[in-house]
Amino acid sequence: MPGITREEVSHLARLARLELKPEELEHFAGQLDDIIGAVARVGEVADQDVPPTSHPLPLTNVMRADEVRPSLTPAQALSGAPAQEQQRFKVPQILGEE
Amino acid sequence: MTTLTDLVSYEDALASYDPVMGLEVHVELGTKTKMFCGCSTALGAEPNSQTCPTCLGLPGSLPVVNATGVESAVRIGLALNCEIAEWCRFARKNYFYPDMPKNFQTSQYDEPIAFNGYLDVQLEDGETFRVEIERAHMEEDTGKSTHVGGATGRIHGASHSLLDYNRAGIPLIEIVTKPIVGAGERAPEVAKAYVRELRELIRALGVSEARMEMGQMRCDVNLSLMPKGAEKFGTRSETKNVNSLRSVERACRFEIQRHAAVLGGGGTVIQETRHFHEDTGSTTSGRVKEEAEDYRYFPEPDLVPVAPARAWVEELRGSLPELPLVRRNRLLEEWGISATDMQAILNAGALDLIVATIEEGADAASARKWWMGELARHANESGKALDELPINAQQVARVTRLVADGDLNDKLARQVIEGVLAGEGTPDEVVEKRGLKVVSDEGALTTAVDEAIAGNPAIADKIRGGKVAAAGALVGAVMKATRGQADAARVKELILEKLGVAEG
Repeated sequence: MPGITREEVSHLARLARLELKPEELEHFAGQLDDIIGAVARVGEVADQDVPPTSHPLPLTNVMRADEVRPSLTPAQALSGAPAQEQQRFKVPQILGEE
Repeated sequence: MTTLTDLVSYEDALASYDPVMGLEVHVELGTKTKMFCGCSTALGAEPNSQTCPTCLGLPGSLPVVNATGVESAVRIGLALNCEIAEWCRFARKNYFYPDMPKNFQTSQYDEPIAFNGYLDVQLEDGETFRVEIERAHMEEDTGKSTHVGGATGRIHGASHSLLDYNRAGIPLIEIVTKPIVGAGERAPEVAKAYVRELRELIRALGVSEARMEMGQMRCDVNLSLMPKGAEKFGTRSETKNVNSLRSVERACRFEIQRHAAVLGGGGTVIQETRHFHEDTGSTTSGRVKEEAEDYRYFPEPDLVPVAPARAWVEELRGSLPELPLVRRNRLLEEWGISATDMQAILNAGALDLIVATIEEGADAASARKWWMGELARHANESGKALDELPINAQQVARVTRLVADGDLNDKLARQVIEGVLAGEGTPDEVVEKRGLKVVSDEGALTTAVDEAIAGNPAIADKIRGGKVAAAGALVGAVMKATRGQADAARVKELILEKLGVAEG
């Protein structure tokens, strides 16, 4: 059994920049545990001879030629930006004072 | 603000500890388009003019791999004597930072396209050191941040930051060494030689210009010390973005001295990233890795696996160019020069120029002589690299041709080169404008020779007596009289002829 702990959920929440209340941590720990437990059952039927799959299609080497295609205009690129300055995306302070 | 770092002398540090290094080099490929979309990679475009829904990470967009990017990665892997994966995937490296609008970087994790290789590097004295390669994998560059409102553009204290995503998605190959042990006191030298050899290799492959000053090649230096004779590695520091060959060497040296001071004082080295400062040659603490990096890598679901066919890999192996070390050793043999001479040529950045000059028709010795003598001196004085001088291989070859044909002697040739460097035109134009032809008027030369013999009877007697070597003094007198514009070889002939001596 996977046994997802409250601490693991808290860690993941921090990495994902999610602010979770203590009761939510409990709640999600239980839910994630159920989900992972359900998925883990696949391992019971997939034996050593079944390679892990990350893609449903048996395709490899899908590539394009190194040819330039039109880009968006700067105005188009910035059209969804909440804020912009000097034709650049403006983002809030990244780090505070040391 | 700045605190002095305790250091012990380099010699003392090495007397007690063995350094272990790990070098991570990022190379920006010179493809026309980004790794996963068709946006141009051209430098100098206006901000955010080379982006699309894919490299901006907009919903519904899908990446497609750049075939040339994969080919370049395989070629780099082969040149580094790596195995090439039969099958490998991309992975998402998740992190939140505005330099990647997708909130992840598309990279490779446990399935790099190339692994288990080595690169032989040559130190200044010609000694060869083998650096083992752990892996080379494909990934993409990040956008460029500008921090506003703080002091000197630093991120600390900035009120906000501005992002240009033109660079986001440009193909990168990250090349990681295995721990480099056993280099001892030469560790910094090995690090520098490795990065230089890698740069030469990348350029020879034609996959990138690998200009460090332009950020096309960047090095992270991991370094730790362990007590001499120990086998367990110490705690490492990671000095980021060391962006010149000289800095690679200095950063290693500094970290060896700093670690030794920490360990010698009974302290423990903190595992952290550090920043290198060009001006002082020192490093300062960056971000402490308070927890193991947790990027939650998982296979990129939007890209199918890359499976380089063996026949294609072998075809690429067969088409690799002559690799730099092999080429240098071949030229060293052909030119009959020593490892030290070759090293001097490399340090001066003269190798390709000399080869090009030979290809333009100069003989090897003359090509070397001019680039490593007169031109190196000019470069030094003007603080420029040799290839930045306003003279090219073809022009230098023309000067050597004029000397070989007897139209110029060395002294006049130097003046011609000065003229070309001063922007007076091609060698032939400078000869014409400055009137620098060797005096070939036999009448004028004969007169000068007669005068020289008459003025130095004692020397003339010696020559008559068979001391041909003494003719040098008379040649000098004639050259002086003609203000250097005579062909010294012809002058000597005339002198010996006049004195009735056959040249032995």
